[in-house]
Amino acid sequence: MSSIDKKHPGLNLGRSDPGAHQDAEEIVFGFWVFLMSDLVLFALLFATFATMIGRTADGPGPQEFFDLKSVAIESALLLISSFTFGYASLAMKYRPEPMKVVRWLGVTLLLGIGFLGFEVHDFVTMAGKGGTPQTSGFLSAFFALVPTHGLHVFAGCIWIVVMIVQTLAYGLARDVKLRILRLGLFWHFLDIVWIAIISVVYLRALA
Amino acid sequence: MRPTRRPTANGMALRGRIAAVVEVRGCVVAACATALSAMPAGAGVSSSSFLHPLGPVAAAQKSLFYDINLLMMIVILPVFVFMPWFAWRYRRTRRDSVYRPEWSFSLPLEFLVWSVPTAVVAALAWLIVAREVPLGPYRPLASDKPPLEVEVVGLDWKWLFVYPEQGIATVGAFAMPTDRPVEFHLTSDSVMQSFFVSGLGSQIYAMAGMVTQLNLLADTPGRTTGRNTQYNGNGFHQQRFVVEAMDDADFAAWVEKVRADGVPLNDENYRSLAAKGTLALARAKLARPGMPADRIYFSGVPGGFFQKIVRKYASGPMPSSLAGPQPVAAGMVAAHEAR
Amino acid sequence: MDRLWFFFFGTLNYDSLPFYSTIATIAAGIVVAGALVTFGLITWYGKWTALWKNWLTSVDHKKIGIMYVVVAFVMMARAVVEASMMRLQQALSFDAPGYLPPEHFAQLFSTHGTIMIFFMAMPFLTGLINYAMPLQIGARDVAFPVLNSISLCLTGGGAALMMVSLVLGKFSTGGWSGYPPYTEMAFSPGVGPDYWIWAVTLSSIGTTFTGINFAVTIYKKRAPGMHLFRMPLFCWTSLCTAILMIFAMPPLTLATLFLALDRQLGFHFFTNDAGGNMMNYANLFWLFGHPEVYILILPAFGVYSEVIANFSSKVLYGYRTLVVATMAIAVLSFTVWLHHFFTMGQSSAVNAAFGIATMTIGIPTGVKVYDWLLTMFRGRVRFSVPMLYALAFLILFVVGGLSGVLLANPAVDYQVHNSLFLVAHFHNMLIPGLLYGMLAGTHYWFPKAFGFRLDELWGRIAFVCWVVGFLLAFMPLYALGLLGMPRRLVEYFDPDYLPYTIVAAVGAGFILAAFASLVVQLVVSIRHRDALRVFVGDPWNGRTLEWSISAPPPEYNFAVIPDVKARDAFHDMKRRGVAYRRPKHYSNIEMPMNSMLGPVVAIAATACVFGIVWHIGWMIVLGFLTVWGAVIARSFVRRTKRIIPASEVRRTEERWLAAVSKAPLIARDYETSPANRGLAEAAGA
Repeated sequence: MSSIDKKHPGLNLGRSDPGAHQDAEEIVFGFWVFLMSDLVLFALLFATFATMIGRTADGPGPQEFFDLKSVAIESALLLISSFTFGYASLAMKYRPEPMKVVRWLGVTLLLGIGFLGFEVHDFVTMAGKGGTPQTSGFLSAFFALVPTHGLHVFAGCIWIVVMIVQTLAYGLARDVKLRILRLGLFWHFLDIVWIAIISVVYLRALA
Repeated sequence: MRPTRRPTANGMALRGRIAAVVEVRGCVVAACATALSAMPAGAGVSSSSFLHPLGPVAAAQKSLFYDINLLMMIVILPVFVFMPWFAWRYRRTRRDSVYRPEWSFSLPLEFLVWSVPTAVVAALAWLIVAREVPLGPYRPLASDKPPLEVEVVGLDWKWLFVYPEQGIATVGAFAMPTDRPVEFHLTSDSVMQSFFVSGLGSQIYAMAGMVTQLNLLADTPGRTTGRNTQYNGNGFHQQRFVVEAMDDADFAAWVEKVRADGVPLNDENYRSLAAKGTLALARAKLARPGMPADRIYFSGVPGGFFQKIVRKYASGPMPSSLAGPQPVAAGMVAAHEAR
Repeated sequence: MDRLWFFFFGTLNYDSLPFYSTIATIAAGIVVAGALVTFGLITWYGKWTALWKNWLTSVDHKKIGIMYVVVAFVMMARAVVEASMMRLQQALSFDAPGYLPPEHFAQLFSTHGTIMIFFMAMPFLTGLINYAMPLQIGARDVAFPVLNSISLCLTGGGAALMMVSLVLGKFSTGGWSGYPPYTEMAFSPGVGPDYWIWAVTLSSIGTTFTGINFAVTIYKKRAPGMHLFRMPLFCWTSLCTAILMIFAMPPLTLATLFLALDRQLGFHFFTNDAGGNMMNYANLFWLFGHPEVYILILPAFGVYSEVIANFSSKVLYGYRTLVVATMAIAVLSFTVWLHHFFTMGQSSAVNAAFGIATMTIGIPTGVKVYDWLLTMFRGRVRFSVPMLYALAFLILFVVGGLSGVLLANPAVDYQVHNSLFLVAHFHNMLIPGLLYGMLAGTHYWFPKAFGFRLDELWGRIAFVCWVVGFLLAFMPLYALGLLGMPRRLVEYFDPDYLPYTIVAAVGAGFILAAFASLVVQLVVSIRHRDALRVFVGDPWNGRTLEWSISAPPPEYNFAVIPDVKARDAFHDMKRRGVAYRRPKHYSNIEMPMNSMLGPVVAIAATACVFGIVWHIGWMIVLGFLTVWGAVIARSFVRRTKRIIPASEVRRTEERWLAAVSKAPLIARDYETSPANRGLAEAAGA
């Protein structure tokens, strides 16, 4: 029932792979719905954080340990990784050889790991200054919101590894393509959430 | 039945209209009563219920309760009538009734089924605006006398009533003068609880580190009971107290008696009181001869006693909640202290 | 030695066993004995392989639907018994301790509520939707069959955890809503709230997936010509329920996980001190909790729409109105959560706004009731069991609506909040509303699922018991609430309450009898199944596509995907004389293969959370890694589909068509006679 010209939001395989495009109709739509549900989760984490901002219980507040330089590096890494993932997607769509895709996925993975490294380093530094989630409602909310995003990135990294392995093993088969398509949505989604985190958590709390 | 109080002019206007069908109302209320399997009326009414109000808030709630029932009959009675009627009239075994298997829409009917519930809900919404808002727990009650201040602390499993002006406190019983508003400030030194005296009016939560408010008034001398309605553990069912509304002279005498018989509300005694346990358990430690069997009296309540309990939890500045700004705290505690 | 014990068994020890009270020991004994007998019987008859191959690893939406309903019935048995125990306690506890200690009573109301909502109502409606919805839209399965199996198994895992909590440790005493700070470590140090948190979390994650699955199925898997506005109303209510699940379950997941972080890792989301805020919990919980009410009731509305139209032999009145009303209810349900805590101290203006929003939901709901009445108007009403439930629903539901409007008025709510009036209200919505609907749906679709009808007489007996039981058990609670009796009282001191509690206890007895009658009905029906068989598949002269195929349907549902020309598609086909047509040719059908991913994920996830409850480190790690390992491993499985050859399809279909040609045409007067083999007289009203 789905024609080749029917489009779904995001990258469309379209005429480059009509069979996969037809299958994507249902699968990609389902993944969008899942992301919507995940977004509700993040929205509530943000709302919780907003209500807890002042609840520092005489403990340290945001001024004490938010490191904007580190946040800037993290942002750069994550945003660039979204860009490189875009190249992976385009390679998947237009290039027959799988190695191009693998290479771009590899770059994305490294950037993702870099992001996680900086983020974990931030958390350790915070903990060293007495900023643990057990200290106050504010820090509980912080450590619910930001690491949940971090866990998503971590899951994304593992997913990238799986996709690299599958691309090498099976080439750009239809099921592999459909998974990379969904991984792409997931990865870009995390970028959007991160931008919200920068604005709401880091910039607003310091303002 | 006592005449009920009408809190606002708007309420009166509606009441005027309803008065026109007052006999109908009587019948319908009786019907409601049957439907709800015995709405108690007249003798035998529990004295701890708002159906037997001791004050204007509960009385207004009672009349509101009946009025909503009445209004709702407009949409409910048709179902009671038409459901059995249609089911029987168009039963399959009756072959001679009209049968229109493809009939599925009628604009006039559609208009009717949307407009009537909408109108009823509009009327009910107006009832809320006109008669609920004036009954809000935070709204001071109109009176020519200044309100009596009472501070309430929820403990496991008893309520502590502090009378800051009088410097006394009680557990297990609460006395108030008639025709003088009482302004409650509530907090909890344990889990969330809900303070409720049905015969006087509304209930409100008490939460640690926060202060909520409630305004009530008794216009008839009498006794009723109050309790916590939010489950908080094994002694929950025991967490009730006697409420006594009395005239000014009796109240003054009561205050004197509490002051005379009370034990001091110092830190040590408060610790004994606040320990998890029922009233009986606390009495075993604190009761003195002269105190009635179901209560504990305290005298010599230090100033700022209530605020100290709130402060225990409310460290740091506390912003407003998702739910709405009122029950919180820091600013309010400060304002409260200033007063 | 102690450290070794802790490593392997965490905080489990002898004291975790239920020997602290006779009643608890007996309850645990029944659970253990029940499990042993079940396992024993399966082993005795050598059915493990069949169970694993044909059911547990099956991704067929029909089998998953049936398993959901089985879970619902098993859990209902426990929760109904618990309810009766509580009613008996209150009948005996005027100024006396009764027979249950307070803590046990509190566990009972907590498990009763949790089970009834998450492990009875939710699986029941999910099961019915799973079974009927894909058939009604002319699909061969749901959009994501394996995910469907995972959802089922996660729900089963949560239910299993509830049962384990009877044997090991004590359950939460914090009620089904688990309000902190009472459920925080400081006030509830035992494992009870942890059991509650994780049972509910497993179920809520499963339900989120279910919602995604149903929504995508309805949007993308409809047969050609099945426009949205040609879907049966049950599909519309399923769609709205699915959308509500997608948006409403995350707040619950988050609320329970926050509470878990507070309890296990010392966070401060809802604690009294260190800047915690319990009001956030109330908001998060009811942001889920109110839409949940409509998740529960909308599918029942769908069933009533099908049943009333079908048993009035008439097209549904006001189809579009009902769709609009359903959508309106779904949207509005997100705007009213605050009415669950009018008494938390927000301003009157806020309360008034939410009170008015709440009553607004009464408009579309009222419209629905009238539309159902008008569906009977000038019809030919047959009083079959599903229709009886629908009629009882219409009367009783408006009583619940009345009490709902009363509760929506903040000033009245200040009086009856936390009282038995509230308890009576939501049981009034959930028993005549949800449960009667589910039972009507079970009666209606049972012959489709198993190929034989349910016994009418026992169905009627059960129906009478349900109605009498409901009236006796809950009408007195309305009165008690007005008399000021709060919920959850293990003992009371007001003599006025006593007569009402006794009547309510008698009502609970009737409800027990009702449940027993359902069991008897099932046994009787299975015994007489040959006389009740309806292989042809249309015992009720149905109007929608599920009746156009054999009963039980073949695995692939439709040999040829139907081409839908009108609303009430099968009714239309019968009228045009194109029902039961032999297809021009049969072709191969591709179906998803069974997968063990669902059971593996669920067993591992349940082990993981059991480990969290009892602090068993290796179990947590192993369970967690197994869950994700299994998911990743599954992604390397390349052969996930199998082909049913055209020849097999032909054999199956020809056998059925032969039965069709031999079956007698049944007029509606003989609907419940043994002559009914499932071929309806098309013209017959």
